[in-house]
Amino acid sequence: MAPPLLEVNDLSVTFDLGGGRRATAVDRVSFSLGRGETLALVGESGSGKSVSALSVLQLLPYPLAAHPPGGSIRFDGEELLGAGEARMRQVRGNRVAMVFQEPMTSLNPLHTIERQVGEALVIHKRLSPAAARARIVELLGLVGMGAQAERRLGAYPHQLSGGQRQRVMIAMALANEPDLLIADEPTTAVDVTIQAQLLELLSGLQKRLGMAMLFITHDLGVVRRIASRVAVMQSGRIVESGPVAEVFSNPSHDYTRHLLSAEPKGRPAPRDPAAPVVLEARDLRVWFPVKAGVLRRTVSHVKAVDGVDLSLREGHTLGVVGESGSGKTTLGMALLRLEGSRGEIRFSGRDVQALRGRALRPLRREMQVVFQDPFGSLSPRLSVGEIVAEGLRIHGLGADAAARDATVVEALREVRLDPQTRHRYPHEFSGGQRQRIAIARALVLKPRLVVLDEPTSALDMSVQAQIVDLLRELQARHRLSYVFISHDLKVVRALADEVMVLKDGRVVERGPASAVFDAPREPYTRALMAAAFELAAIGGGAVRE
Amino acid sequence: MSLAGRLSPLNRRRLENFRRNRRGFWSLWIFLALFAVSLVSEVIANDRPLLVRYEGQLRVPFLVAYPETAFGGDFETEADYRDPFVRNAIEEKGWIVWPLIPFGHGSVDKDLGVPFPAPPSRTHWLGTDDQGRDVVARLLYGFRISVLFGLTLTLVSSVVGVVVGALQGYFGGWVDLSVQRFLEVWGGMPVLYLLIILSAFIQPSFWWLLALLLLFSWMALVDVVRAEFLRARNFDYVRAARALGAGDASIMFRHVLPNAMVATLSMMPFILSGSMVQLSSLDFLGFGLPPGSPSLGEMITQGKNNLQAPWLGVSAFVVIAAMLSLLVFVGEAVRDAFDPRKTFR
Repeated sequence: MAPPLLEVNDLSVTFDLGGGRRATAVDRVSFSLGRGETLALVGESGSGKSVSALSVLQLLPYPLAAHPPGGSIRFDGEELLGAGEARMRQVRGNRVAMVFQEPMTSLNPLHTIERQVGEALVIHKRLSPAAARARIVELLGLVGMGAQAERRLGAYPHQLSGGQRQRVMIAMALANEPDLLIADEPTTAVDVTIQAQLLELLSGLQKRLGMAMLFITHDLGVVRRIASRVAVMQSGRIVESGPVAEVFSNPSHDYTRHLLSAEPKGRPAPRDPAAPVVLEARDLRVWFPVKAGVLRRTVSHVKAVDGVDLSLREGHTLGVVGESGSGKTTLGMALLRLEGSRGEIRFSGRDVQALRGRALRPLRREMQVVFQDPFGSLSPRLSVGEIVAEGLRIHGLGADAAARDATVVEALREVRLDPQTRHRYPHEFSGGQRQRIAIARALVLKPRLVVLDEPTSALDMSVQAQIVDLLRELQARHRLSYVFISHDLKVVRALADEVMVLKDGRVVERGPASAVFDAPREPYTRALMAAAFELAAIGGGAVRE
Repeated sequence: MSLAGRLSPLNRRRLENFRRNRRGFWSLWIFLALFAVSLVSEVIANDRPLLVRYEGQLRVPFLVAYPETAFGGDFETEADYRDPFVRNAIEEKGWIVWPLIPFGHGSVDKDLGVPFPAPPSRTHWLGTDDQGRDVVARLLYGFRISVLFGLTLTLVSSVVGVVVGALQGYFGGWVDLSVQRFLEVWGGMPVLYLLIILSAFIQPSFWWLLALLLLFSWMALVDVVRAEFLRARNFDYVRAARALGAGDASIMFRHVLPNAMVATLSMMPFILSGSMVQLSSLDFLGFGLPPGSPSLGEMITQGKNNLQAPWLGVSAFVVIAAMLSLLVFVGEAVRDAFDPRKTFR
């Protein structure tokens, strides 16, 4: 058997924490990768996947990071660990290329696509501008931007969609036909439909070009779709590795079993169909004016939400699904009166569209929101106790500080957080714990309606499942009504009674969850389903590029 | 509970970073010590004794004004303890405890046998100025007035600047636009000329000068705070607070401002040194504090007018340079403390 292309043996990485303390991020990790093979590194955030991959290219912040002796990274027989910077520059972008997670920040916003992709060609191949241009067009064709390749050469990253940006990233990585492509969560920041397209593209390219691929992800569905072998990482160690089919069907390590069982499961319990209607909206519109000219006259509108009707009964969950940009979040904000809108909104039978300023405040108590990003939605300078008590303070609930504190303790207990932690600050908590804090902040006011704006999409898979369970339990106990906004159909299926599919601000399909999931009528819905559950891209222009 | 116990880990890290900048850390202590000393200038340099025992009674002339008649003199006016007549009268029936430097910032040493400005000697460690006043005493009082002026100006202009920047950034839109245009016009004014013209109409005092300088110094922080507020107002935690029903003022000052304070705090030492320089330069030009007040800027003017007496210019220069350097070092340490990426090796 030929020697593997990449062989990593006993690789460790430590980080200097200051004051002489060091943290071990990666602990004696070994894996190997043959030519044309795909290895997936799987694990939750903080498990050391990205750090391991970055050490292959020696891109860690040395000397803050260090490799304790004893490890080795051999690429095509050559030792890369400790190789000189000059040598590494010849390898990077040439024989080993990398695709990063966030396509917006990994492209230089001031460079055109041509310059961006051409950079690797100029550095490593010293191509003339004309030759480079021809190659760039060819590369853009390769990554599926062929039709517009010529036109797109002069475009800047902000003029492209997320999926297109990621395609450009891939074109950059492929520019010098690398032997090894390292993809660090390349599909995490894009919609499910785009994810399906990108995965298809990557595996197709890999077969065509015979590259090896090191694929880093936390999504087991993606692993199943793209990789031949998998290595599961937990706290800096590889706890299990082997062929994908074998590991998935017969996991030997507890942690792998835990990961595999972590996908959100279950269905919502049957509801009382005669429950009173809590929220009703008719012909809801949010139009953002587009202004032009010297006098800033409104020339047209961006129709973020365009004539949406909905009604939600007590204790029920309405799932709102769609791709990014379809108006889901704007709809949620408009329902909460956090975004100006037209049309009718009735809350418990009362028209709330006309309420202004102070008159709105009592209503705020009854409708709450949980945001997507658990890191951005908690004020970093307030302690957890203060954050949860904020609503009580504003609405003058609780007789005194002690009574409010008791209410906060109860709310934290309800979301399964240790009440002792209420004196700490948000940055000391993990993403899942922060999301629990955000839920506690919403619940402490005993609302009737909670708008959940992608509450699970920034979380690891196993944490997602826990949050879904928590939400379901709280709903049953308090007869809460949820508006659940998500692009992740797995989570929606686990929670929603009714589903509404949004596209460009309009409802394209709606109905009971079971009906929509089992027999989607619209091609758009069908494409979403295929992307979410089978990670397959359905063409036919149903899903936007 | 100890101080470290009450701080959040983030602030503990900041304190640690501040301490690790040894130069800034020591500068802070030296500056605080000098300031503390200058706050009790009356006990260190004064032309009135600290304690007098006269006819078996203890008196504290540096706190209480006694008429000359209290010591057997003829006049109802306050006793001049530097007058040999009064001194002899007291020492016949008691004793006098003088401060370390027996001159105030305004007292003229008439007993000196040399023409003013007198060179350094045992009685006047750094000599006298051209009106026969002790240089050390004047430096001590001048330092105090500079620091106090600087601190007050910094505090008031920071409050105004933060409020304006906060309103601008938080409300955005036409509020932002109009204040921004106003700032550009206002910032384009020739500040020094305006101050000179204004000081021709009014007799400048400490508070008048403060008000005049405040007219222009509040702009320093506006841009920084505005930028922080513009950034933060669309953050989810602000939207969450709005969803809870929090009012604008509550969101601004409880949620956004604490996060904008980092930029404000790290600029403050530099604003402080800037304010002191402004006061000194006005004093230097003669448009500052009323004549006779101890001031570092006026001391430099004297040094310029009396080049034959280098002790005037040199001592004023050393004090100003040391004061500003200490503040800049402190400012650097504060900036380090708030820098999340700062690592020491």
